[in-house]
Amino acid sequence: MSDPVVSIRGLRKRFGDNEVLRGIDLDVAQGEVVCLIGPSGSGKSTLLRCVNLLETPTEGTIEAAGHDLTGPDADLDLARRDIGMVFQHFNLFSHMTILDNLVVPQRQVCRLPKAEAVAEARRLLAQVGIEGKERAKPAQLSGGQQQRVAIARALAVKPRLMLFDEPTSALDPELVGDVLAVMKGLAAEGMTMLVVTHEMGFAREVADRVLFLDGGVIVESGPPADVLTAPRTERAREFLHRVLHPAD
Amino acid sequence: MAPPATAVQRRPKMTPRRRRRLARALQYALIAAVLLALALAADWGRIAESFLQLDIAADMFPDVWTAFGNTIVYTLLAFAFGMVAGIPIALMRVSEFGPYRWFATAYVEVFRGLPALLVLFLVGFGVPQAFPGLQYPGGVYGQVAIGLGLTSSAYIAESVRAGIQAVPRGQVEAARSLGMSHTRTMVTVVLPQALRIVVPPLTNELVMLTKDSSLVFVLGVTTATMELSKFARNELTSTANATPLLVGGLLYLLLTVPLSALARRLEHREDRR
Repeated sequence: MSDPVVSIRGLRKRFGDNEVLRGIDLDVAQGEVVCLIGPSGSGKSTLLRCVNLLETPTEGTIEAAGHDLTGPDADLDLARRDIGMVFQHFNLFSHMTILDNLVVPQRQVCRLPKAEAVAEARRLLAQVGIEGKERAKPAQLSGGQQQRVAIARALAVKPRLMLFDEPTSALDPELVGDVLAVMKGLAAEGMTMLVVTHEMGFAREVADRVLFLDGGVIVESGPPADVLTAPRTERAREFLHRVLHPAD
Repeated sequence: MAPPATAVQRRPKMTPRRRRRLARALQYALIAAVLLALALAADWGRIAESFLQLDIAADMFPDVWTAFGNTIVYTLLAFAFGMVAGIPIALMRVSEFGPYRWFATAYVEVFRGLPALLVLFLVGFGVPQAFPGLQYPGGVYGQVAIGLGLTSSAYIAESVRAGIQAVPRGQVEAARSLGMSHTRTMVTVVLPQALRIVVPPLTNELVMLTKDSSLVFVLGVTTATMELSKFARNELTSTANATPLLVGGLLYLLLTVPLSALARRLEHREDRR
């Protein structure tokens, strides 16, 4: 087996007195899709945000996409090019057109000539099913469209690993499907993905592995069929019951 | 003590709407009475004689246009200096590097705390005395740009800082997660959005500067470099009549009222976004 794309050892993260991550060890293989589930406050988003060092770990080591992020010589700007991230609230650059959202990062980060960057931007927008919106501003698009543009933007700088932080949680239900379809396509192309999600259907269908986090530790880890349908721990059973049968 | 129940019942019934209408009518009547009293008490001939001498007003033209133009030039120069100095100060205010923050905070406190007139004196007379041989580029124009611009830059810095802090955190996170450096993120993502947010307060700053340009007379100005207030005051002295003040005042409003209207419109545009 080749080297893992993500390798986390002994990760702890404290915010003041609140220890959100209490010792995480995790390896993610090339091309693997890992879904992180768990109750709110379990630390899954913090874990994801540690992988590209948007949060600085209190303790532990993180290697991702070939970069030793917690090492003394870490070049975070260089490393983050290889680690794409998609946010719950899209975070498209609101003052730029849709096209510029994809072109500007390529120009500035990858130093691509304009024509090349524009061509790549168009290709990516077509790939996520956004066409004819190049000159629009993000606010003119629906949430689902914005999120697909955000995925295209993350892909524009050619990452080897993609992080998704609850990518569909801020969307109206009827818009979730388009975003998940794009993510499925990405997974099928062999992209390594770490996905924090409440979409159990997506996790079951697309994930190679599901991690159940609670209280800052990985409580369960395994293929979706095991973790989602036959959880071993009481905590995971309770959580899944609440997610799948919220009205009970 | 509560009135007896019978008294309440005997009082003629007034609906809320009628009561409102009556109250409004009373207020109109009061205002009309005050205006009438003023009109009767005032010596209109005297007032017209002091403020409305058309020949004196006409004599101010076309020379007043030079002063009017200078007011605009001084204002724009000071504003330009204020922006050029204020934006870096704003960036230093939000820097993670302590000494930058301390310097910027001190700068803002000093130049916001000092009267504009005193700063103008300092630039015009204090500094040249301390550094003999120092020449401001552009003569009095340079002195004004710096003298008024320093005060203005402190206010602009505070506005821009507020704008920077109003840009959602997610914008920075998105830029950083794409591999943009801190500086690049600031220049490409944060500042353009921050400046858009602070267009209304900056327009107000421009209105304030238009008025503060009247302080320039303390630097000792010639006919060619005179601004509107000084010009009007000179005319007031030479004609012993207040009409020039009215003309000067109207010319200020010609600048400031459209600017204020613009600021209001821009604010509304921001609301809609």
